[in-house]
Amino acid sequence: MSEEQQKQAFDKEAYQAGLKELQVLDFALVELNLYLNTHPGDLQAIQQFNQLAQKRQAVAQQFELQFGPLVNFGNSYSRYPWQWNETPWPWQV
Amino acid sequence: MWLYEKKLQYPVKVSKCDPMMAKFLVEQYGGADGELAAALRYLNQRYTIPDKVIGVLNDIGTEEFAHLEMIATMIYKLTKDATPEQLREAGLGTDFVNHGGDLFYNSAAGVPWTATYIAAKGDPLANLYEDIAAEEKARATYQWLIDYTDDVDLQDSLKFLREREIVHAMRFRESVEIIKADMGQKKIY
Repeated sequence: MSEEQQKQAFDKEAYQAGLKELQVLDFALVELNLYLNTHPGDLQAIQQFNQLAQKRQAVAQQFELQFGPLVNFGNSYSRYPWQWNETPWPWQV
Repeated sequence: MWLYEKKLQYPVKVSKCDPMMAKFLVEQYGGADGELAAALRYLNQRYTIPDKVIGVLNDIGTEEFAHLEMIATMIYKLTKDATPEQLREAGLGTDFVNHGGDLFYNSAAGVPWTATYIAAKGDPLANLYEDIAAEEKARATYQWLIDYTDDVDLQDSLKFLREREIVHAMRFRESVEIIKADMGQKKIY
């Protein structure tokens, strides 16, 4: 696929919907993480954290298959050619 | 070690080009109580704070970089389509001649960011009280910024950031209690 075709194939609405799904999960995870830092004995919160972390992993994997790597330095895979450089960057969306 | 995640913590939408609002938002980018100062303040304090609250400083400091990116995105989007003349009318003429379209770490009044915004007193309680105050000051700044715009999309993102300051202040207050409890225990020995 040429670069032009790739740009045309980019589905902005699906991209933003996928991002939002991740942002929702990540918000809960950041909140639980910060809360647990000062409440390390809350078993229920830890269970909730682990459940959401698992779900997050699956959602992120699906997002990356469709829109490319989310994380640099070997924490995401790339197709050919190198996908990490591809736009959009977060401030361009 | 940090990893970069190619997404914002919360969506940033703006409904119009508004360089005047961008000029005010810079306060939270490179101002005394802004996100850069917050991130560097907490990450610098984490090395010497008691073990039980290292995670609090580490993670809140990390989250502040995500907030810095959100503020930068707001400023970028509000100014990217502005002409040099529009920038001048918004009071950004001096920024334009020095930085062109680039962002820069200064306050809304144009004072460059300085390390003197960061407290490091070598005393866990003094540092944490400073951090609580910093969060409360940032919360107040976000409120003034929300009051200064009628752009509902921008207000939405700013409200998210305002709420995060409240949660961070709460976690720092709990950290103070954790440290006080530990100090109390030590006296028994």
